[in-house]
Amino acid sequence: MTVEHLHRGPLSADEIAQVVARDIPAGSYVNLGIGQPTKVADHLDPTAGIVLHTENGMLGMGPAAVGDDIDTDLTNAGKVPVTERPGAAYFHHADSFAMMRGGHLDVCVLGAFQVSHHGDLANWQTDAADAIPAVGGAMDLAIGARETLVMMTLFAKDGSAKLVPSCTYPLTGLACVSRVYTELAMFQVGPAGAAVIETWGTSFAELAASLAIPLRRD
Amino acid sequence: MSRTRICEAADEAVVGIADGSTVLVSGFGLAGMPFDLIEALIRQGATDLTIVSNNAGNGEVGLAALLQAGRVRRVICSFPRQSDSYVFDGLYRAGKIELEVVPQGTLAERIRAGGAGIGAFFCPTGVGTSLAAGKETRDIDGRTYVLEYPIRGDAALIAAHRADEMGNLIYRKTARNFGPVMATAADTVIVQVGEIVPRGGLDPEAVVTPSIYVDRVVRTSARRLAARGAR
Repeated sequence: MTVEHLHRGPLSADEIAQVVARDIPAGSYVNLGIGQPTKVADHLDPTAGIVLHTENGMLGMGPAAVGDDIDTDLTNAGKVPVTERPGAAYFHHADSFAMMRGGHLDVCVLGAFQVSHHGDLANWQTDAADAIPAVGGAMDLAIGARETLVMMTLFAKDGSAKLVPSCTYPLTGLACVSRVYTELAMFQVGPAGAAVIETWGTSFAELAASLAIPLRRD
Repeated sequence: MSRTRICEAADEAVVGIADGSTVLVSGFGLAGMPFDLIEALIRQGATDLTIVSNNAGNGEVGLAALLQAGRVRRVICSFPRQSDSYVFDGLYRAGKIELEVVPQGTLAERIRAGGAGIGAFFCPTGVGTSLAAGKETRDIDGRTYVLEYPIRGDAALIAAHRADEMGNLIYRKTARNFGPVMATAADTVIVQVGEIVPRGGLDPEAVVTPSIYVDRVVRTSARRLAARGAR
């Protein structure tokens, strides 16, 4: 049954990150994508034993480095200087991506331009004419992690929905997303379509009226 | 006497890289970027190069300087577009450079395959996307895979942390990135390090790249990023 939080407004970006963090099981190995997903790290329970993976070759990544801790040999996927946690490990790129493709990574959290209700993901390229294609690790992560979670706003700046019947932007991966976290609702997506699990500042009926996809209340 | 040659200077280390070569270049952004070898390659003059690297240069240093010098015909990389990749962006928009975008893990695995004697491999990454368009696919145990071919270089330019006189290498933190796979996949593997220690000076249990892969090593001064105005 959908949980509707009607006596409050939509989630802030930080609150979305907090809800994602809440849903990551203790002991998971997790990759957080560049941008908004990075915020999830701030809300993980430090006693839960969650280990952060960075695609450029590290498990046990700590927070961003400041001051004297900045080391140009130690960065995250966004090339931001970071720190290492006790128990960290380094490895080369082929190993780092074998961890994804090989199904060893429990969870990845990615941003998105669009997600289809069957879990297709578009997050690497807009259809802008002068866009320079740059995929990085997005395709490997999307299909590699055991569970791919998406964090995004539900509507684009032009008002169009980003949870769609079928992606119109170039695809990153097919049927790879299992849950979508937005400011208004958290959805489960997959072969059976979309179910609304939780809403904030809106109701199931309002969501159903504003999206072009069938919604279930599981 | 080791087969690996210890060079006196970076210029000596890049001798013989011919026009039209494919050159693998280590680094993820600026971490692990072989700045001194690239600068020596610019002085050496080789042109019409195909560069295989994760990115396509940052600012006007390292790979970006090689691009700016007009020596690169084609880039094979995963992520050319960055906040400070304006040298590449300009060349690309002017139609002066070719680009092949490869998913990052597929790039690493194609290089690994190149170094490991694998003829091709089936990879699940990119299935159903524009990057797999036109490629052969196969369903194996209910999952669809794309056929990917290996990448090898005529030369590899790699930055490692420390070598011994044999040519064994260790790396430092996330500056390791593409170095170990690239070291296996080129005809001439050229490495710059911050320090060269005597034979026996590296713990054999800790060696990441064994000497068999390494042709030339040169010691250059480590940690010069700040002095180059790089962010």
